[in-house]
Amino acid sequence: MTTFWFIVIAFLWTGYFVLEGFDFGVGALLPLLSRSEADRRQVIGTIGPVWDGNEVWVITAIGAMFAAFPAWYSGLLSTFYLPMFLIVVGLIVRGVGLEWRGKVRSGAERALCDAGIVTGSVLTAFLWGAVFGNLLYDTALATVLGGLLSLSVAILHGAVFVTLKTSGPVRARARNAALAAAAVAVPVGIIALPSVPGSAMDVPSWSTSPWLWACALLAMAALTAGVALVWRRREGWAFTATASSIGLTTAALFGALWPAPLPGLTLAEAASAPYTLTMLTWIGLIALPGVLAYQAWTYWVFRKRLTADISAH
Amino acid sequence: MDALDLARWQFGVTTVYHFLFVPLTIGLGVFVAGLQTAWYRTGKAHYLSLTKFFGKLFLINFAMGVVTGIVQEFQFGMNWSEYSTFVGDVFGAPLALEALLAFFLESTFLGLWIFGWDRLPKRIHLAAIWAAVIGSNLSAYFILAANAWMKHPVGYEVVNGRARMNDLWAVLTNSTALAQIPHVVAAAFVVAGGFVLAVSGYRILRERGVGLTGRPVTGAGSAIDGDTTVPLRRRTDMWRTSLRGALVMTALAGVVVAGTGDLSGQLLREQQPMKLAAAEGLTRDTDGAPFSLVPGVEVPGMLSLLAAHDPGATVQGVDDIQRRYEQQFGPADYTPNLPVVFWSFRVMIGFGMATVGLSVLGLWLTRKRRGRAGGRRTRNLGGTGAGSAGVGNGAAPPVPSWFARACVLALPLPTAAIIAGWLLSEIGRQPWTVQGELLTAASVSPGVSLTEVAISLSVFTVLYGVLALAEAVLMVRHVKAGPEQPPATPDHAIAAADPDAVRRTPTLMY
Repeated sequence: MTTFWFIVIAFLWTGYFVLEGFDFGVGALLPLLSRSEADRRQVIGTIGPVWDGNEVWVITAIGAMFAAFPAWYSGLLSTFYLPMFLIVVGLIVRGVGLEWRGKVRSGAERALCDAGIVTGSVLTAFLWGAVFGNLLYDTALATVLGGLLSLSVAILHGAVFVTLKTSGPVRARARNAALAAAAVAVPVGIIALPSVPGSAMDVPSWSTSPWLWACALLAMAALTAGVALVWRRREGWAFTATASSIGLTTAALFGALWPAPLPGLTLAEAASAPYTLTMLTWIGLIALPGVLAYQAWTYWVFRKRLTADISAH
Repeated sequence: MDALDLARWQFGVTTVYHFLFVPLTIGLGVFVAGLQTAWYRTGKAHYLSLTKFFGKLFLINFAMGVVTGIVQEFQFGMNWSEYSTFVGDVFGAPLALEALLAFFLESTFLGLWIFGWDRLPKRIHLAAIWAAVIGSNLSAYFILAANAWMKHPVGYEVVNGRARMNDLWAVLTNSTALAQIPHVVAAAFVVAGGFVLAVSGYRILRERGVGLTGRPVTGAGSAIDGDTTVPLRRRTDMWRTSLRGALVMTALAGVVVAGTGDLSGQLLREQQPMKLAAAEGLTRDTDGAPFSLVPGVEVPGMLSLLAAHDPGATVQGVDDIQRRYEQQFGPADYTPNLPVVFWSFRVMIGFGMATVGLSVLGLWLTRKRRGRAGGRRTRNLGGTGAGSAGVGNGAAPPVPSWFARACVLALPLPTAAIIAGWLLSEIGRQPWTVQGELLTAASVSPGVSLTEVAISLSVFTVLYGVLALAEAVLMVRHVKAGPEQPPATPDHAIAAADPDAVRRTPTLMY
């Protein structure tokens, strides 16, 4: 049951990074992809209906950690107090910016909302990578590399999403942005990869578990393939590739966190009682398919590409 | 001053701030969904105008509720790690369920609603707003169930220094929760009702060309709203509709608030005697305890009557409870901040009842004087919330300007009342985080320094101040501007001619 809930939580984080990953990327790229207000609305419109639902993935992931592994939840959040605080601030300014930019009146106010969106997206995307990089390796270099990796991959992922969801000049600019982001993401990934066995967690699984290596290598392969597919203008496949790359990276990350998600704490020690886990399992099994179905339906409803003139939708 | 004090201040500031927005989200969401239902069923254009107008206010406010809610989810772990480790097994479950069952519903369907005006069939679009507001109300249920457990822990045992849940059903149907949830949710409807009353009152005054002071305002009126096609009288009728809907909502919710408040009071006597004693400033165990309206003015036997439904019943006093707790839990101060608890209790009841009283007065003033209006009205109550009040056969008297003015001035009352209720509930719980199990002082994160909390507290305070100001500006502006141009032809006429031809410009977009 403990292992099962660890996998559930890893799944929720994976969902979060894959989905909110492109939201962050889109937010960070907002000024770079736009020359006019119509462009900006087109860019924001790609994530407008879905970003809030995507954000609930992290609320659920953290809520599930609280319920299933209280000591992991409290240890992670209190150990990384200031980064977590900054993440929350980032999510606040970004959320308010996204919600309010269509409700303010002047261009200056809208620019302020956009600043919130960009700052919040960049800050949060960087910090998630930095926190997990620091957690695994506990060095300044790993922290910076982790942050750069998550930020650059999010930007790449977001740029690919924009190419998939828009048309016209914005789409062309997004393609260039994707290639530029790849120029950072791929080298950072290559630098980070050899450090895989040297985890500070002192857990033998890194060096002994071949499948962790497989995840990490496949993640790199998917990232590279994504770039190649952007180059060849196969946007749907490129998005699949970048999404897979984020998913595989998250899988490798959580593989490294098993069975000790924090230094000096094992999952067995952190776990809630079997009764709680069993109850949550039943409710989760009943509810989660419904959640996945209606979220997927939302993407289906808003599946059409956005053009500049109907960008408001 | 140490990290504990600042962590408590931070929790207080961020939670009270969060609670400024959430009740409005809960109540206004249902009100907007009711308006849209009325539009869906009657096809009357003014319902659509009202839906969009209040929908936008709802969304401005919703954003703040969401982002300030994220803080809470993180904060338990960040600042209260000892608490989280102790209670996670029990307390975490409702939080996880809240995210899974309520937040996904709320945020996903709200996205569909905002962007779906011309993407979704009308019926599905209406269902989307209902799904979203059901999500909001469900989230209130889960978080209040978790909160109730802190005051009256049930369905658990303590094993190895940690609470372990052994009965989820007991946690979700905690008597404290079952009294508190309808109390808070109904109070949220009073807050939303008071908000709609103030907005409608303002619009009525403005479109009559009189300001808050009663003097004519030059340049105001319907023309300033860029809408010269609709006669003044009809526009005022539109605000009468929303005003009447809010009056009904507030009065009904007020009944629920009072009933469940009474229930909570009785539970307090059994479960949290210290909070009850502090709320009353009762120092000694007293038979036939009096209720003090303000210090010095007492109604004999009233407290016993309220708390036990028996004017002779014993109510425990602060000093005696303190003595008993020292025997039970060891020497410490078990008394909460008495003046804060005492006065928040009075503000809650006074301001809350004033709002509900205003709504009852308003219902009487705007009642239909002839015809079968009474019957119609009753039937409408259970239906859409907004109902079709004001559309009946009876003569509908205009809303008196002085009453509209009173509605505007009453805007702060329900919010002050609900915040005071929250302070009563949570400060009255001190010094415990989990009544009888865990002290607040033992709940704080041991590894988080004073400096760290000082940084986060100051940034949150400044950021929240700025955002509150921005939200207020956005709201006031939107209310002043009034609804966007209503469609020239009634919508149902177009819809009847060709359902696919309806292509409204979404006003609720980003």
